[in-house]
Amino acid sequence: MRVSIGGAERLDLVLNPVAALGRAVLSACRTVGALALFALEGLSHLVRPPFYWRLFLRQLVEIAYFSLPVVSLTAIFTGMVLALQSYTGFARFNAEGAVANVVVLSITRELGPVIASLMVAGRIGASFAAEIGTMRVTDQIDALTTLSTNPMKYLVTPRLLAGVLAMPFLVLVADILGVMGGWLIGTTKLGFNSAGYLKATMDFLQVMDVVSGLVKAAVFGFVITLMGCWCGYNSRGGAQGVGAATTTAVVASSILILAFDYILTEMFFAR
Amino acid sequence: MSGDTPKIRLRGLSKAFGEKRVLDGVDLDIRAGHGMVILGGSGSGKSVTIKCILGLITPDAGTIEIDGQDILAMSRRDREALNDRIGMLFQNGALFDSLPVWENVCFKLLAQKRITRAKARDKAAEVLAQVGLAASVGDLAPSELSGGMQKRVGLARAIAAQPDIIFFDEPTTGLDPIMGAVIDGLIVDVVKRLGATAVSITHDMASARRIGDDAAMLHRGKIVWTGSAAVLGDTGNAMVDQFARGEREGPIQMELRR
Repeated sequence: MRVSIGGAERLDLVLNPVAALGRAVLSACRTVGALALFALEGLSHLVRPPFYWRLFLRQLVEIAYFSLPVVSLTAIFTGMVLALQSYTGFARFNAEGAVANVVVLSITRELGPVIASLMVAGRIGASFAAEIGTMRVTDQIDALTTLSTNPMKYLVTPRLLAGVLAMPFLVLVADILGVMGGWLIGTTKLGFNSAGYLKATMDFLQVMDVVSGLVKAAVFGFVITLMGCWCGYNSRGGAQGVGAATTTAVVASSILILAFDYILTEMFFAR
Repeated sequence: MSGDTPKIRLRGLSKAFGEKRVLDGVDLDIRAGHGMVILGGSGSGKSVTIKCILGLITPDAGTIEIDGQDILAMSRRDREALNDRIGMLFQNGALFDSLPVWENVCFKLLAQKRITRAKARDKAAEVLAQVGLAASVGDLAPSELSGGMQKRVGLARAIAAQPDIIFFDEPTTGLDPIMGAVIDGLIVDVVKRLGATAVSITHDMASARRIGDDAAMLHRGKIVWTGSAAVLGDTGNAMVDQFARGEREGPIQMELRR
């Protein structure tokens, strides 16, 4: 049996995908706008007293100190693998001597900030989203308002500042340990002289390499804490909503870290 | 403010979430120093009404006056100052998991720097005693408390700053009948001691009669009856009486999804 389609229905079939696309674009614009306003309000409380120093210090310790083991281990292994891989590649055209240079450049400019931030996104982004999301669905955020406390000032602002300050510290540690991981493999397995490896590292390293990595770290720290707070603050619907907020916080901050990495690298090093 | 001015006056309060109209022109007067109980089925708009008064939700239309002042027209600072005079007991307690009980109880006082941290423990012990809890409870985490104890700590937190308006959201929900009666007794005592105005929402008729002087029935976003809480179940209003007696047959038809 053939079913004939009228002119109006045919027009609907064409326009429905266009309408869906329009709705998706509008929804994306609304989300970006709301996120920007959320970030601005969070930052505005930095200059509007009171500031919750006790909460800030607690978050600083949570991010900077308790993330040290995971960031350190990741950085050491990344440096070790990088030394091994670059040695294997460079040996093909007799350039093994460049291993130390490649390791220090890759670690300080790219791998230190990115790997450390992705680790912290998994740890802190998820933790913030889950904690604030649980507070949302159990009325604790409403309770803050009834107790004469601005929830943004109390929950978001100290976390944003702690993220921005803690990440450069973690990346500095990751830089040092990553380079040491390369040195360890270089001297114990690849036959490099210890002093020679370290001299090659220091000679090749420029201040800008480290500074660019630390600036990236601060931006990534802001992105991680912002997404964790935003997803938690806007979670709905009980345990399932909190779980979804946690997943979204980690996925979104990981993607944003890689996107901002490209933008910042372009800003720092594009010729 | 004249003597006839109600403590809280709602006029034409309306709120919709998308297509769903939750409040549809709520008019209600709440007398100063009295206990008002707002009754209604699930989804009738009870919680939205008190969230509008507390400033947690902005209504689409209508006015909310407290002591004759339109709070929706207030500046942010004035609104925050008003919040200082309000206490709230949430349905599930809404205690802060990350803080010990004593810090929960004195949260508002600490936030407003009306008390030092050194003195807050003693103050918390004093307020906990008013709700029948030992001072040692102050050192526990909220997760270590039973449901009844969490309600009492929530009540202690609501009254610690000595508010003159206190809201109670389903104060006996989830408690056994004896603990429910204990919580109601504590509510009546502390409200009387503070000389406060109490606004409660509940499904529990026994609780409504114990803690309320006045009662109002909310149905489909409108106030359909107001009167004395003492006559609940025998008001002459078929809708209220059906609800108060928990009868299946009557003007209120529950929407069941099959």
